[in-house]
Amino acid sequence: MKTNINHELVVQALKNGTVIDHIPSDKLFQVVSILALHTMPNQITIGNNLESKKLGIKGIIKISDVFFTPKEVNKIALIAPNAKINIIKNYEVIKKVELVIPDEIKDTLQCINPMCITNKEHVPTHFYFIDKKKRLAKCHYCERICKDEDLMLK
Amino acid sequence: MKNKSLVSISDFSKEDILRILVEAEKFENNPNTRILEGKVIAMLFFEPSTRTRLSFETAVNRLGGRVIGISDAATSSSTKGETLNDTIKMVSGYADLIIMRHHIDGAARYASEVSAVPIINAGDGSNQHPTQTMLDLYSIKKTQATLENLQISLVGDLKYGRAVHSLVIAMSHFNPSFHFVSPPELQIPDSYKLLCNKQGISYKQYVEISEAINKADILYMTRVQRERFTDPVEYEKVKNTYVLKNAMLENSKQNLRILHPLPRVNEIDMDVDTNPKAYYFEQARNGVYVRQAIICSILGLL
Repeated sequence: MKTNINHELVVQALKNGTVIDHIPSDKLFQVVSILALHTMPNQITIGNNLESKKLGIKGIIKISDVFFTPKEVNKIALIAPNAKINIIKNYEVIKKVELVIPDEIKDTLQCINPMCITNKEHVPTHFYFIDKKKRLAKCHYCERICKDEDLMLK
Repeated sequence: MKNKSLVSISDFSKEDILRILVEAEKFENNPNTRILEGKVIAMLFFEPSTRTRLSFETAVNRLGGRVIGISDAATSSSTKGETLNDTIKMVSGYADLIIMRHHIDGAARYASEVSAVPIINAGDGSNQHPTQTMLDLYSIKKTQATLENLQISLVGDLKYGRAVHSLVIAMSHFNPSFHFVSPPELQIPDSYKLLCNKQGISYKQYVEISEAINKADILYMTRVQRERFTDPVEYEKVKNTYVLKNAMLENSKQNLRILHPLPRVNEIDMDVDTNPKAYYFEQARNGVYVRQAIICSILGLL
């Protein structure tokens, strides 16, 4: 109960928009970056290192009047697969979005292979997830398979 | 297959592979025709090559086509800082087909996306070299009369060797048994073992070459390259381990054939060359017919 009160004090309720909750604290700013929130004119509330029963500490992002497409929101699955996405209308959660690792993703990850054309010339990256459970991604160009721990954001 | 680039061996289905092999056999029986008359083929070799370049040029010349191109990045405008994108866009305005070798991984896939004409990948860095794989398959089929159910021993650098990787992918259509022979630091990557498991293909791994000779139908030798080792001492230890000598073939199968993508350094002793089981020079010659079939197929001339 006490946690909840604190929580509300720290992070204001949202009227309309998207809440991204349960982000591991060390991934919060990567989520900001992958969704390009820093380029948006909307009101955005960001909280980090908040108390969390599940994670110990967590991050939360509330974005007013923005409703992401599944393609956009699924990018979060690459960094914080257990984050919770709630769509808010008139202060109420009208939808919870399940994060799904996409089949393919363009211009978001960086290839780990230094000899890959995407690291040599101005070529947008393009990966296929060939195993979503193990998070194995194959580069469309150099065909290198990047393991989970090798996945890097551009 | 018409107008479709050939970048990776996985661009070809089993049916595509078999069709190319049938067409290649026709070119072997009749290598000189004028089927490419009036066509201009661009050869963009940003990285030096002897066999691959000459064999493609021979293939085009024997079919009456014309060749333009560069055989060294030093003589191309890439030294002036031109991007691959610009070079390809320009050349694809001149030629009907581009055959390209490049030192950067993935350069061929990218070129195929910006080019107005089809691309044949003649090697992109350490990634793919699909026409090599096709000539390997042609050589295997020609010497064994089938591609199905063969015992294939692959020897040497199985970790980085792109010829080995593509051959494993292509042969996986034909229910082979693989015998992988390499030093522990150059073993076949897990992704190829996973592929075998998925397709129900049996494979074994060895360190000693002697264990994989007598059961083999095909012995595929590759070069262990010095630059693959971080520790030069390790290289010195293994460099003479995988040397095939004639005496080692004494109890091998009658139908065994020895293949090598060439160039060899010392991994096949010259005393093997006169053994009727040595097939690597014929294998290189087969490259011309296979490339004739691939070029004509992509140009829609077959």
